[in-house]
Amino acid sequence: MKSRVLAAVGTVAVAAMALTACSSGGAAGGGEASCTNKITKTDVPQVTVWAWFPAFEQVVDLFNKTHDDVQVCWTNAGQGNDEYTKFSTAIEAKSGAPDVIMLESEVISSFTIRQALVDIGEFGAADVKDKYTEGAWNDVTSGDSVYAIPVDSGPMGMLYRQDLFDAAGIAVPTTWDEFAVAAQQLKDAGTGGVLANFPTNGRAFNQALFAQAGSVPFEYDKTKPTEVSIDVNDDASKKVLNYWDGLVKADLVTTDDAFTADYNTSLVDGTYAVYLAAAWGPGYLQGLSDADDTAVWRAAPLPQWDAANPVQVHWGGSTFAVTEQAKDKQLAATVAKDIFGTDEAWKIGIEQGALFPTYKPILESDYFTNLEYPFFGGQQINKDVFLDAAAGYSGFTFSPFQNYAFDQLTEQQYAMVQGEKTADEALDDLQESLTKYAAEQGFTSK
Amino acid sequence: MALTTEPPTRAARAASAARTVRPRRGGIGAIDRKRQRWGWLFVAPFAVVFAAFLIFPLCYAFWMSLQTSTLAAGTEFTGLANYVKAFTDPIFLGGLGRVAMFALVMIPAQMLVALVAALVLDNLATVLSKFSRLMIFVPYAIPVVIGALMWGFLYSPRFGPATDLFALFGATAPSFLDQSSIFGSLVNIVTWQWSGYYMIIIYAALRGIDPSIYEAARIDGANSFQTALRIKVPMISSSMVMVLIFAMIGTLQFFTEPQVLRGIAQGAIPISYTPNMYAYSLAFSYSQFNYASAISFALGIIVFIGSYVFLFLTRKQSGLK
Repeated sequence: MKSRVLAAVGTVAVAAMALTACSSGGAAGGGEASCTNKITKTDVPQVTVWAWFPAFEQVVDLFNKTHDDVQVCWTNAGQGNDEYTKFSTAIEAKSGAPDVIMLESEVISSFTIRQALVDIGEFGAADVKDKYTEGAWNDVTSGDSVYAIPVDSGPMGMLYRQDLFDAAGIAVPTTWDEFAVAAQQLKDAGTGGVLANFPTNGRAFNQALFAQAGSVPFEYDKTKPTEVSIDVNDDASKKVLNYWDGLVKADLVTTDDAFTADYNTSLVDGTYAVYLAAAWGPGYLQGLSDADDTAVWRAAPLPQWDAANPVQVHWGGSTFAVTEQAKDKQLAATVAKDIFGTDEAWKIGIEQGALFPTYKPILESDYFTNLEYPFFGGQQINKDVFLDAAAGYSGFTFSPFQNYAFDQLTEQQYAMVQGEKTADEALDDLQESLTKYAAEQGFTSK
Repeated sequence: MALTTEPPTRAARAASAARTVRPRRGGIGAIDRKRQRWGWLFVAPFAVVFAAFLIFPLCYAFWMSLQTSTLAAGTEFTGLANYVKAFTDPIFLGGLGRVAMFALVMIPAQMLVALVAALVLDNLATVLSKFSRLMIFVPYAIPVVIGALMWGFLYSPRFGPATDLFALFGATAPSFLDQSSIFGSLVNIVTWQWSGYYMIIIYAALRGIDPSIYEAARIDGANSFQTALRIKVPMISSSMVMVLIFAMIGTLQFFTEPQVLRGIAQGAIPISYTPNMYAYSLAFSYSQFNYASAISFALGIIVFIGSYVFLFLTRKQSGLK
């Protein structure tokens, strides 16, 4: 008897599962997506958007309030790779992708090669070219083709703990040589902390440090999608990696993985005195818990290899792209263009999300230049650091298999800090594995 | 049963079955056919789900595995080329070697813990034994992802207790998430999670043994240690074989724990740490769905052959013969 009851329960459970599987599949296919935000104007067309910007809900609400012809249905589908994984699966499945998607500029080529993004140049995107900085526009375009609308960017600077620097008697380093000296000074002070962390899984962060010394890892043109050239083991990259390997070997910096709970706590509790960061870094720091109450944060320019000829680099930077699966591509392009296309939206993005705009009307405004950041004790970090860092940027080329390239970089750098390889060997091996992969994937080198 | 019969015998049996069915169908006919129709109706709910969620995806994946798709050149039909590539792919073979190492260490560890716990609990009949039984089983009731996340925090040098514990004795705690220690850390998580489940299987088998056998053993002068080793263990060998098969298949498909721990130890656990993780990242990180299907099928073939050979070799112990 008991087993019969069990069997019946089992059958019902399986049937229920099958039914729910069907119904959820139906919802995704039918376009009746559920939104994180509340939509009040239900009788106008909706555009689905995936994004993970901080304080984005307020931006969406503002957009929906000020638009009567279209409403944004927003979902946070995860940050970075989490979102890309879902998008990638949706491309393969040919359904389930949003109309508009937030992408970091480093992955745009990885999706254009899969024909997943719409060239929105003809949908009016080309007209807004002048509203964005040249570097940011270069990142999202190829010739006349526009694959995304730039949103924020990540000019790099050095965030440091003034209180820890003062206690150890360290002057703010302006070159990497001074940075190494400061690292030694902090170690000698014996506080138990280190000057900085060198994460082997820093991905675009590591890449930016190489680029500062002159590395140009990839040459790729989205309009000639099968040609790529790879040069990741150049002298500039080797110089930078050898420098960090030296600091690691001397125990002057740690090699904790980035973006873990341990790392996050170390950032704000004084374990690391310096956070080599992009302009979005302050926003990241403010979102972390267990912060040191007495921390005094200040921003300074990124240390340089040659103080006489400073080179500025970027880490991160996001865009809005329209996907091939968008039902109404014109409408989606309009949303991608307009959602961060007003001063009001940007004030939310800057003040609540700590975003750094690529949108010139705001970027060049007195408001943004003179903005005082309470987190930095009222320091005008844009005027002092990030506007200069942003000024010289002319764009950066990533490969169409950037995720693979970053994973390989992580593996090689980890082998290096484990003492299995020298910095030169790590980069030579990286070059070899990427060249092999590119050939396997049918690319020809230029 | 069908699993251990060799192909010729199976074919012969099928033929003889067909012979016995055919005359009956011709003879009695109508009633049997009606019954069979009802039979199909009862099987249908399962068959539909089984076909829709297992057979169809499997066929689709196999079809995908016969094609090659590259980022630059598009998709083409290449037959078994992906399988040739898989079985000569050092990353896939390296992953297989690693799970084989895990199998060698992890399976004996789990079985030993499970067997000892079951034998001890079988000998006790107090309230404490019921409580212990539940407690040993509880880790299995925790979802694997939650368990792995929890251990991730326990291993963490900052949030875990190890740093403080070792500091009490003036020592530095080992780093559990290093390249050198990640293997042991993973073995520990899996053993913690699964031993309780295997213990319940073995314990149930032990409870099924006729107590009069123990009485006979006692009269013959066996102490309880000898009873356990010479009577109980041989009598539950079929359950042990089953546990071993479960553990072996689980280990070859090792995925969740390293995937979760990778979130905090990306250097020590590369994306291709186990064959399943390799297939996952190929498909979802590098969009090589075709090669990922081939890797999955290659792993499936190895698991199938491995289980088959193992069941064949242990057909005596498992009572299948």
